[in-house]
Amino acid sequence: MKKMLMVDHSKCTGCRLCEIVCSVKKNGAVNPTRARITVIKWEPICVETPMLCQQCDSAPCIAVCPVKALARDEEIGRVAIDYDLCIGCKFCVAACPFGAMGIDPVARQVIKCDLCDGDPTCVKFCETKALQYVDASTVNITKMREAAGKLSELLRKSAA
Amino acid sequence: MEEQRIAYIDLTTGEIRKELIPEKMRKMYLGGRGIDVYLLYNHLTLGTDPLGPENVLTVSAGLLGGTLAPSSGRCHIGAKSPLTGLIGSSNMGGFFAPELRFAGFDHLVIKGKAEKPVYLWIRDGEIQIRDAAHLWGKDTSDTPAIIRRDHHDEDIKVMCIGVAGENLVRFANVLGGLKNAGGRTGMGCVMGSKKLKAIAVRGTQDLAVRYPEEALGCLERLTGLIRDNMIFQVLSKLGTPMFHADSNQLGRLRNRNLQRNQVPDGESLYADKLEKFSIGMAACFGCPVHCRHRYVVPEGSDQGSYVEGPEWSTLAALGTELDIGRMEAVLVGNNLVNKYGIDSLEFGSMVSWAIELYEKGIIDDEVTGGLKLEWGNEQVMYEMVHKIAKREGLGDILAEGPLRAIEKLGEESRYYNLHCKGMSCLHTDERATPAMALGIATSTRGADHLRSRPGPDALLLPQETRDNLFGFAVPPKVTSYEGSGKLIQWYELLYTVSDALGVCKFQALFLSPSTVSYDDYCQLTRCITGLELSPSEMMEAGERIYTLERMFNNREGAGRRDDTLPERYFVEPTPLGIRSFKDKTIDRERFEQQLDEYYEAHGWDNEGIPKPETLERLGLDKEPSHII
Repeated sequence: MKKMLMVDHSKCTGCRLCEIVCSVKKNGAVNPTRARITVIKWEPICVETPMLCQQCDSAPCIAVCPVKALARDEEIGRVAIDYDLCIGCKFCVAACPFGAMGIDPVARQVIKCDLCDGDPTCVKFCETKALQYVDASTVNITKMREAAGKLSELLRKSAA
Repeated sequence: MEEQRIAYIDLTTGEIRKELIPEKMRKMYLGGRGIDVYLLYNHLTLGTDPLGPENVLTVSAGLLGGTLAPSSGRCHIGAKSPLTGLIGSSNMGGFFAPELRFAGFDHLVIKGKAEKPVYLWIRDGEIQIRDAAHLWGKDTSDTPAIIRRDHHDEDIKVMCIGVAGENLVRFANVLGGLKNAGGRTGMGCVMGSKKLKAIAVRGTQDLAVRYPEEALGCLERLTGLIRDNMIFQVLSKLGTPMFHADSNQLGRLRNRNLQRNQVPDGESLYADKLEKFSIGMAACFGCPVHCRHRYVVPEGSDQGSYVEGPEWSTLAALGTELDIGRMEAVLVGNNLVNKYGIDSLEFGSMVSWAIELYEKGIIDDEVTGGLKLEWGNEQVMYEMVHKIAKREGLGDILAEGPLRAIEKLGEESRYYNLHCKGMSCLHTDERATPAMALGIATSTRGADHLRSRPGPDALLLPQETRDNLFGFAVPPKVTSYEGSGKLIQWYELLYTVSDALGVCKFQALFLSPSTVSYDDYCQLTRCITGLELSPSEMMEAGERIYTLERMFNNREGAGRRDDTLPERYFVEPTPLGIRSFKDKTIDRERFEQQLDEYYEAHGWDNEGIPKPETLERLGLDKEPSHII
């Protein structure tokens, strides 16, 4: 796995552009309910959280698939669906702990994020970089640097 | 074109009819504010009582609403205005309009009056009129929460009125989110008169995109353009309060009902002071700019609640206008007006007027019910919000809006009320900026900057650059008269087009010269809907829509004499500000010349009536034509 889709929930402004572009990229029409990413909102408390497939290493959806239609694709670092094998039993929908396995009512099949084969469309449109497609080996370095910056600032202040 | 529908809903009979929108109407009026005015002109007749069952309320998504156009979440709401008696027209951001489209509808045309409180429940092509007894009396944040709970769905989008709308406050607004308001011209009052508490919508249908890959490419280019633009970078952090400091330093702010145009120690309300309270920025549907502040109410009975705002206009209306300088008070006030569903701009102006009348001895304790109306008094502001929303005492009088309140408080009060066509002026001072003054005077919905405000930064560019940008000679300075008639007409068309497309006008040529252009709107329209329109055809659609709004007003008897400014603008010079903003009044004679120039640019005669050849050119000569 070289790259991964990293979500920083604190940066999401709730604009839903990710849902819009995802649904157009995948279906050629705007329809957030058919998108592979969903911004979950609690409007009264101003909370927004983009939810999508975490591409688990030990994926519950793979474990429960009775026909082995789901498998890890190590090249892209994702859990992939083989629609030729899928029988549409929806066990994976029930098993996913994030609700990230959805159903497209029009195509009548299960759907999930496939990282657009290594070039995720949603990332290109995310203005605040709440969604980033980053090198897996250095995924934490930006956060680490931010934290280190704060720490050194505090140390400097306490010394002054 | 995809199959989007108009729903005609009669609240008296319960009849609901659904019809497709002919492509010809799309080409002529686009959608949103465009189809809205066509519906209003055709479904209303002269002299309709704005609060009677015969008034028509329209709720509309734009032609590009909920699609791959940047920030396509705008919702347009129209009716005959109970405030002005002319065209009512209000535009709000948020997520309501896209959801309406996902449910299969672009326009709702609501007629009649329910016997008891109701709300509309719209889901995927189905519309039900439901009992709202349990919602009546609830504020604008509880109402959506109850509806979502009743339907077990957090993703339902709701537009609703608060207690002010129920009590027929003539400037009651419609809330489509924590602060997304269809603020102006009293559309909440019309909903209240129909006993329509809310419209709740949930949609899961496809919105077709004609050329998906090209549309995605176009959006990627435009979001890049917006993201790289410094103005939008600042707007993303500070929101519209970013304009406050600049306006105050120039001397372009309204303070104490226009007695002053600057607050000498006004820094306490500058945008950077909001940062302490802001808990982050929120975006409307599909918008890369996210210009809405979120904050936690810092004090008072709602302390700890999560809310949104204030916009710059509200900051000025509840703050500088009333001489209140404490940010906490503005934040508490902002939450109050939003929960009651009151237009903050109208509120600030009416209360400011009352305080000056009290100060000048024109009204006394008997009228105010013993309330000492004074500048800078936070309690007076809070008290007046409650009184107006509940229509108590002086609040009952102010709730009637400028025209009727003047009648009640007497001839002497008239001079001090700042309104155009019966809608209160903004909380800016246009005495030093003739083009902007002309814009609020000519606006079809009454005093308002969002109908024609020229992009101020564009005006500071070199003359040649500006002339190239607009394609005609623009005024040499922001303080010039010459050329402003054409400039205002040009901006009226642009903002009309953005309201008809259902996109945010902040990303049109509002703030920056390098942003989304007519060419881009045409490309988006083509690759999203398949409709081929050239930039000039799109501009002409704007002209058609604006002229039909004008015809609506003319039909009600409005004309040149209504395209004017409050007397104060002509006779009292600005006392403060930088040199070019100080000692300024609007010159009456030059104002009239501007008006002539403006009418000529529109193809209207000297009385502001569209000429027959203009009507023919725009295809308006047979209106009302009753196609939809």
